[in-house]
Amino acid sequence: MSSTFLGMPAAPPRSPYGAGNLRGERTFPEAAAHELGNDQLRANLHRATRTIRAKRLAVTAELPDWEELRAAGAAVKNEAMGRLPELLEQLEAKVTEAGGTVHWARDAAEANALVTELVAATGSREVIKVKSMATQEIGLNEHLESQGITAHETDLAELIVQLADDRPSHILVPAIHRNREEIRRIFLERIPGVDPGLDSVPAELAAAARAYLREKFMSVPVAVSGANFGIAETGTLSVVESEGNGRMCLTLPRTLITVMGIEKVLPRYADLEVFLQLLPRSSTGERMNPYTTLWTGVTPGDGPQDFHLVLLDNGRTAALADPIGREALNCIRCSACLNVCPVYERVGGHAYGSTYPGPIGAVLTPQLAGTHAAKNDPNASLPYASTLCGACYDACPVKIDIPSLLVELRHQTTERTGRSAERLAMKAAAAVMGRPKLYTTAQRAAAIGRIAAGRDGKISHLPPPLGGWTESRDITAPPRRTFRAWYASQEGRDALAAAAAEHPADTEMPEEER
Amino acid sequence: MNARETVLGRVRDALALAPRPAVAVSRDYRRGRGLPDPERLDLLVDRLVDYKAQVRTCTATETSATLAEMLAGLGARRVGIPAGLDRTWLSDWTGDLVEDRPDVPAPSLAELDAVVTASAVTCAETGTIFLDGSHDQGRRALTLVPDVHVCVVDLSQVTAGIPEAMERLVPERPTTLISGPSATSDIELERVEGVHGPRTLVVVIRTDR
Repeated sequence: MSSTFLGMPAAPPRSPYGAGNLRGERTFPEAAAHELGNDQLRANLHRATRTIRAKRLAVTAELPDWEELRAAGAAVKNEAMGRLPELLEQLEAKVTEAGGTVHWARDAAEANALVTELVAATGSREVIKVKSMATQEIGLNEHLESQGITAHETDLAELIVQLADDRPSHILVPAIHRNREEIRRIFLERIPGVDPGLDSVPAELAAAARAYLREKFMSVPVAVSGANFGIAETGTLSVVESEGNGRMCLTLPRTLITVMGIEKVLPRYADLEVFLQLLPRSSTGERMNPYTTLWTGVTPGDGPQDFHLVLLDNGRTAALADPIGREALNCIRCSACLNVCPVYERVGGHAYGSTYPGPIGAVLTPQLAGTHAAKNDPNASLPYASTLCGACYDACPVKIDIPSLLVELRHQTTERTGRSAERLAMKAAAAVMGRPKLYTTAQRAAAIGRIAAGRDGKISHLPPPLGGWTESRDITAPPRRTFRAWYASQEGRDALAAAAAEHPADTEMPEEER
Repeated sequence: MNARETVLGRVRDALALAPRPAVAVSRDYRRGRGLPDPERLDLLVDRLVDYKAQVRTCTATETSATLAEMLAGLGARRVGIPAGLDRTWLSDWTGDLVEDRPDVPAPSLAELDAVVTASAVTCAETGTIFLDGSHDQGRRALTLVPDVHVCVVDLSQVTAGIPEAMERLVPERPTTLISGPSATSDIELERVEGVHGPRTLVVVIRTDR
């Protein structure tokens, strides 16, 4: 049955409230204050982000056409978003033609139910999993568990997080908040039959994980993965990875179920030549990641003979309907923006409360799940989790202008919540700034603010409705005298005359403006 | 409406509410690059060594002697090969040779000490070997389960960059990109080579093929 156009387009819904992992329990400032108290986390994050930053800069600098690749990557993504309906239909047709089955999921609950049904049909009560943001987003593991199906994460970091009943804190290195001694203890407690003399040397810990997972790879008949890219032209899907756990999951089980967000589709196979250069260099700072698997449907005699692709919306179409915010959908999940962000580096991924942390998470999460689904929605605080320094924009391989998106989301938040006092204040400021005399008077009045400041010249608590400003920062007390007042005073004249005498070439003083 | 129609309808609605201008993709990055043989070879060897792969170069006539020497050096006794591999490559090898069959269960591949295969394409700039499941490369499990992978690369198959390599691929074939042995940096960002795939990767580059 073909879909019919019903006239007026309707705004697509956000990811339903209360499902999946797109909303924390606390606002960002509350969660950040808590995380900042964790010295181990901050030390690990500092070391990790600094290391990856240096590697990324080295390998991106060695490509003379890096900027051209970024431009092409951004253009391909923009093209794909504009052609999404036809590309998704083409992808579906090609995967089906190649022996796969395509399913569609409106939201997290539907995707979880679909995957559960597909696993149940195989008769297996276990699945092995490749690290995947999409399945983390929809809370697939938790749902499978509630249905009596055990999901084994096979990426080393995801395994550590899963064994510790923890949550990932970084897109690329989810266990970045754990040190080797903690990991050793987690393994000793949670891996059955592990050598009690296990050392905390990373190579030994990795070997313990290898031995534990090997048995799963060889015996579990169903794998669940995400996808980095899906090619409409050919029906080819791809997983980019390092450890070989991806290859194991994508090759050995009889059944493979891939959950892919609809925004991951690319028009052409040739587009991979752009993204396979952009992604590894931006993500791990390598020229190429150790392993990438490209597969198209089912290949007789090679790999899973039963392949299912689940195409997931879960708020993506809502983001697509926002002319500015939709740019966040271009994200290829490299995590470069996390590693350069001064805020992320200090608070870590948990403070964002969502599967998607850091600068991109602060724009993507509110787009997917909305910002006012509940009273004091933590997502409404995410667009403020930034200093707007712009480092994320420079680092983004597909040139997502994250700072502008953050500002737009702040604007939308203010518009919607209609904090009347704030709006009134802005209106008043605009009126005052438009009239110089009034402005001067207002500046003099502001000097009274010194009374509110302590001996250190900082104001830590403003009264409502301005308290929001000082919740997470101090405000410097207004100076005793404004610059304009100083400029007009004898002291100002003397200082400028002295400066002029030192630099005779710059003596032209716009006297008439004084 | 079913989920498919609903999602596609939402996508169309979104694009109607926020129409997007058509985008022309300009591909101003390097494409169609050629590099002389010695430069491609040097670049590839440099990248492979950087990934901690073992690298050997030889001529086509030295193939079997080189492979026999490498396998002996690795202490291999049972060596697996895909059904379509040129048998003369292993004429100097005196250990067990096991030809892969589709009905061999994947776990038994772990009994092989090493596997020897050809390759489809290799990118010098990134040190990436592409396997595409052809008869001389075998099914994917064969180059995944054994702990040692010895891969033969002909210099004529080596391209300068990624675009030139991708151009030579057949999209529909199951394709594996290999850039050194598997690795993880998940514990305190300390790199550990060899997690789940073959922990040792040996690349034999034939310079006159």
